[in-house]
Amino acid sequence: MTTLTGRQRLANVSYRATPYVYISPFFILFAVVGLFPLVYTAWVSLHEWSLIGGDGGWVGLDNYAAVLGDRKFWIALRNSLSIFLLSSVPQLIFALLIASALDTNLRGKTFWRMGVLLPYVVAPVAVALIFGQLFADQFGAINNLLSVFGIGPVGWHVDPLASHVAIATMVNFRWTGYNSLVLLAAMQAIPRDYYEAAVIDGAGRIRQFLSVTIPGIRPTLIFVIITSTIGGLQIFDEPRLYDQFGLGGADSQWLTLTLYLYNLGWDRFDFGKASAVAWLLFLVIAIFGLINLLASRRISTEGTK
Amino acid sequence: MRTTLRARTALGIATITGVALIASGCASGDDNGGGEGGDVTLTIATFNDFGYTDELLQEYMDENPGVTIVHNRAATSNDARSNFFQKLGAGSGLADVEAIEVDWLPELMQYSDKLYDLSDASVEGRWLDWKAAAATDADGRLVGYGTDIGPMGVCYRSDLFAEAGLPTDRAEVAKLLEGDWDTYFSVGHDYVAKTGKAWFDSAGATYQGMSNQFTNFYEKNDGTVIATENPDVENTFRTVLEESADLSAKLGQWSDDWFGALSSGDYATMLCPGWMLGVISGNAADTTGWDIADVFPGGGGNWGGSYLTVPAQGKNTEAAKKFAAWLTAPEQQIKAFQNAGTFPSQLEAYTDEALTGAVNEYFNNAPVGEILINRANAVNPEPPFKGPKYFQINDAAQQALTRVETGQQSIDDSWAQFVSEVNALG
Repeated sequence: MTTLTGRQRLANVSYRATPYVYISPFFILFAVVGLFPLVYTAWVSLHEWSLIGGDGGWVGLDNYAAVLGDRKFWIALRNSLSIFLLSSVPQLIFALLIASALDTNLRGKTFWRMGVLLPYVVAPVAVALIFGQLFADQFGAINNLLSVFGIGPVGWHVDPLASHVAIATMVNFRWTGYNSLVLLAAMQAIPRDYYEAAVIDGAGRIRQFLSVTIPGIRPTLIFVIITSTIGGLQIFDEPRLYDQFGLGGADSQWLTLTLYLYNLGWDRFDFGKASAVAWLLFLVIAIFGLINLLASRRISTEGTK
Repeated sequence: MRTTLRARTALGIATITGVALIASGCASGDDNGGGEGGDVTLTIATFNDFGYTDELLQEYMDENPGVTIVHNRAATSNDARSNFFQKLGAGSGLADVEAIEVDWLPELMQYSDKLYDLSDASVEGRWLDWKAAAATDADGRLVGYGTDIGPMGVCYRSDLFAEAGLPTDRAEVAKLLEGDWDTYFSVGHDYVAKTGKAWFDSAGATYQGMSNQFTNFYEKNDGTVIATENPDVENTFRTVLEESADLSAKLGQWSDDWFGALSSGDYATMLCPGWMLGVISGNAADTTGWDIADVFPGGGGNWGGSYLTVPAQGKNTEAAKKFAAWLTAPEQQIKAFQNAGTFPSQLEAYTDEALTGAVNEYFNNAPVGEILINRANAVNPEPPFKGPKYFQINDAAQQALTRVETGQQSIDDSWAQFVSEVNALG
């Protein structure tokens, strides 16, 4: 057995350690900006914690009990789910249709592709300001337009469902184009031979779309569904800027979970309860992400059979 | 002062510029202790529009060589509040001079030891008594220098008054509306009967005017919440809603509809603190007919106003105190009034010709200086007590009013929900 010199031993260590050093930036970054806040939030949620006074002592699960017993939490959960469904579902359907249209032999391809991304570049604050005027209850452009067709003014800031539709419209305006481009990139990776073979087999455009395109972009589709689930349940900017007070409406019509969390933290300065909401929101998103993953897997595997 | 949604975009840009300025200010290095003779960089944080123009701040820099002032302006008072309390809790990051609004002053007074003591023989007797008293803590430390106040008159549309056969001259309108709230409402019923249009903008705004006339409305002086059992609260709540069924245009204050209606003539009168004049003329520039009457139902009323504070965490507290004292001196406050319509809270300003002679062209050349001085003198010298929970209780009350105005709930249901929400605040 040969003994290694110190120099050789060092070289050996550095040989083994190098790969870990190379991949470490991500994990260090994740630990600092991801894991630590997550754990610290859990710690705060078990304490009475005010913004200025700081730690006011251990209270166990009291904050969770208080939040779960608050009527507003359940309204916020309902609103978040409702806005999430009203935005994600139409958004994905439209994104799929737009992407497959862009995937064909269009004239001026780049122009159209850049065009669908344009709304994404607009700042959410600007979107909210513009749509706020469109959806104003009395002098809004949309109610004016509806009245031309004899449809009575819709209370965009009164009726919960109407307010959800209005907010979902802002979300869809911003994100449909972005998702279209992601799906388009996936569609372009499908070998053209598949389509040729499908045409020879006598498949029409709809058949091609369902049997070649959809299964071909399965992983990307799952990615888009998961990210839009997370985004949809975390929705904040649009409801916060939907009215002048940012409190989610007189009867919490468009109070979402993140807005509820924000108001607990920054209006009432109650960080303990706000952290409890953060963790509950985390659980809700995890559950819905899982359901989506299972459902979307199934749908797309069935398509290939 | 309050937020205008429209101002957000423009002010957002101003904020970004301000932040950039601070960043560059830091880069140039300002690690001195703020002593005499050394170069000092002072930061001041305000919100909305205090009337502190670059020219005004330049004046101070010219008078005090070696002092550089960086002005950081937040878009809204709510943004400023979040930012302020966050950094006060963190113990660093606040500007040397921080502006705060009267509505969240009480929350802050709980932590008055985190603010630098500003009491000084040179500023004694500068402000209206109640203005200075509100910023003085139990130990007698003055922690805020008063900037503006919001004495209220009644703004009205003289063209709509003429159509309804009511007097249009502001002295006659003042005589017509002289009296208590019942007088105001009964003239309103008269107006509505003749024109079919609304009398005032919203139940929320009128409620704000009425509630600010009580000394202990939501809370007792020791901070006990009485909002749900105080008969004054329930009476005001119900009266406003019963009257607004016929009289209100039902436009939530600061909503897009509300801004639109400033020019459309949907209603004839509005309760008007001094700073509201700028909101009206700024958002309805092409509308003629707005005027202001030297009268307020049920006596006087004050809505809003701000202070300048010097956080104790700052490095240049003494220099900052000197700067804040200069900014809130009568001469500078009159300039701020001319810049942004913020009505002074300084006694000496009320005899200054620049204020007494101030005329507002947009409001049919109304002598606004003289009118607002009268309105300020009519304010109840026992100011409304606003405790630490005021902000949240008042938000809940405003939402309860909105629920009834938008037809979602009956007055009884909405009141019941308000009671349960206040109780849930704990």
